[in-house]
Amino acid sequence: MTLTTDTADTTNTAMAAPAGPDDATAQSVVVTQGLSKEFGKTVAVDDLDLQVAPGEIFGLVGPDGAGKTTTLRLLTAIMVPSAGSVSVLGFDTVDQAEKIRPHIGYMAQRFNLYRDLTVDENLDFFADVFGVPDDVRGERIQEAVAFAGLEQFRKRRAEHLSGGMQKKLALAVTLVHRPQVLFLDEPTTGVDPVSRREFWEILTDLHLQGITIVVSTPYMDEAERCARVGLMYEGRMIICDTPRAIRGLLGGQMLEVITSDLRTARTVVESLPGVTEVQTYGDRLHVFVDDVNRSEPVIEAGLEAAGIEVRSVRATLPRMEEAFISLIRRQEQAELDEDIEEAEGD
Amino acid sequence: MIERTGAVFRKEFIHIIRDPRTLAVIVLIPIIQMILMGYAATTDIENLRTIVLDADRSPDSRALIDAYRASGYFDVVGYVDQEEELRKLIDKGEARAGLVIPVGFGTTLASGGVGQVGFVIDGSDPTVANTVLAASQSVGQAESMKLVEQQLGGAQMTIARIEVRPRVWYNPNLKSANFMIPALMGLILQFLATILTALAIVREREMGTLEQLIVTPVRPIELVLGKVLPYVVVSFITLLEVLTFGVLWFKVPIAGSVLLLLALSALFLFTSLGIGLFISTITKTQQEAMLVSWLFLLPSIFLSGFFFPLEAMPAFLRFMSLFVPLRYLLTIMRGIVLKGVGLDAVVPEVVALILFGIAIVALAAWRFKKRLE
Repeated sequence: MTLTTDTADTTNTAMAAPAGPDDATAQSVVVTQGLSKEFGKTVAVDDLDLQVAPGEIFGLVGPDGAGKTTTLRLLTAIMVPSAGSVSVLGFDTVDQAEKIRPHIGYMAQRFNLYRDLTVDENLDFFADVFGVPDDVRGERIQEAVAFAGLEQFRKRRAEHLSGGMQKKLALAVTLVHRPQVLFLDEPTTGVDPVSRREFWEILTDLHLQGITIVVSTPYMDEAERCARVGLMYEGRMIICDTPRAIRGLLGGQMLEVITSDLRTARTVVESLPGVTEVQTYGDRLHVFVDDVNRSEPVIEAGLEAAGIEVRSVRATLPRMEEAFISLIRRQEQAELDEDIEEAEGD
Repeated sequence: MIERTGAVFRKEFIHIIRDPRTLAVIVLIPIIQMILMGYAATTDIENLRTIVLDADRSPDSRALIDAYRASGYFDVVGYVDQEEELRKLIDKGEARAGLVIPVGFGTTLASGGVGQVGFVIDGSDPTVANTVLAASQSVGQAESMKLVEQQLGGAQMTIARIEVRPRVWYNPNLKSANFMIPALMGLILQFLATILTALAIVREREMGTLEQLIVTPVRPIELVLGKVLPYVVVSFITLLEVLTFGVLWFKVPIAGSVLLLLALSALFLFTSLGIGLFISTITKTQQEAMLVSWLFLLPSIFLSGFFFPLEAMPAFLRFMSLFVPLRYLLTIMRGIVLKGVGLDAVVPEVVALILFGIAIVALAAWRFKKRLE
């Protein structure tokens, strides 16, 4: 079965050609400029510039409270920005929100469908409000249900579905009107690993059918699956690039070190020459170094001199997780330095 | 437009049906309220427990006692010899009134003098006391007239006198139910419509489903209509229920046109739903909505003339009552049910309701945004 977008009912010509690397802005499905949102004194989203290319899976990652949900709500015209602008499929979210709505799908982090309605009733209702024509709706609902693996649960009330099922229903609901762009807010949070995997398989299928997907996630392994990833921290976009490029930002290489005394080892290793950063990861240390071959003996010698038993040292590739922790740390350090400078300036 | 409104409308009905407890409340509360108000809020006096102190014990005194008993207002529950005993019984609440006939009542009458009797009334409840006061006097006066006629005998002497014969129009038996039930219809209508509308919309906000609705192409007007219309239907069914119950159980005669009554109730419904809608735009949770609804509704009970006559209110409160839409409906309801008036008699009230309705719905529509803040 296929879930293809109805390109016939979109007037947006920017969609027609594939995105060229040079004029990304013109070809983008989602463009934000200086996007900001304040709630009273809190700045939830701060001067965000973002482009999402047609057909890509764009990941929005960051710790809780980074502003991911607010960003998605701004992109889906649920909220009005305090400053800056968003255009989706070439339409402005403030003035032309109603032109955008038929072509996008949004799945909130919380289960936002009607709990006292059955799977079918929920699908029917949203098919109705999206104006899905009668002659195709049965077929489309059938497709969406099959796609989400909900065939046996069609008569069940949404409140009686498991968490994973609810997420799939929420996704199915966003598919019935064949959106061109999907916005998913932490679709796999609170879902068991098997359902998470299934969910991503569905997303991959949708991606293959040409649907643009903007997905937020706190999970780094999910971030790896995205074409491009934006890291948000305290309302700002720290970096926005491909997972490979982000991993590459770490510069050096990484050593995984297992010792008898994690805490002391960390202090010792941090002071050694050639070491740029140390992160703890469970019972081991992830040590970023300029040169693996040169640092390995230095670290081993250093630890032994401090009386710490070295159980294993091996070179490994840094993952997104390490990259993000490192980037967030640098960000925090930069802010700290700024504060100190300001304090000294006074 | 129609399709989307219809979709919301159908969905809302599923919500109503899936929530049997709320449904039961909607259907049963009006009946319970009617029974409570219909009986409790009555100011009719019947069979008031009365003690007689007959110190005269003459045929005349017995005739007077019989006259009181025959009036139906008073139920003679005991005789005492001492005023002290009468006081005790009234203090204990065993009797609410006492008839005191002094020694020499019969002989005074026989000699052509003025026979004086005492009537003690428990004035704790002023409403009851007022009614009893009037009843006790009217029974005494009727007896007095009989005496005069007897003395004059068949001789048709003409004595110039003035006789006031009060005739009560519209509710000749002064049955409270006839007055309360039409008002109750309005009150129930307002409570249901306002609270149900406010809750239905705030629930979407609270459950997060409003956020999901925002990303659909449904327009605010379609959403509001679709949400509100089911409650128009429910409120109207309730109105019919109350009307039927009032006519069959409380035997309230409807003097005017039932059709006009329903039409003007629908107009009032529009206003009540508007208030509910407005409340939903200023609250975030169902609890909040409930509290704010009560804040709106309670004053309307007291300022609409439901319990207390508007004529007796201080000028300021009477002015405030102008902003209570229920006030206009009560005038209309009582007019149609009791007096049988037509539309021409209630034009100012109808105009007031229309203005109020438009104002509140416009205000609510202006506040109702298809966005999150």
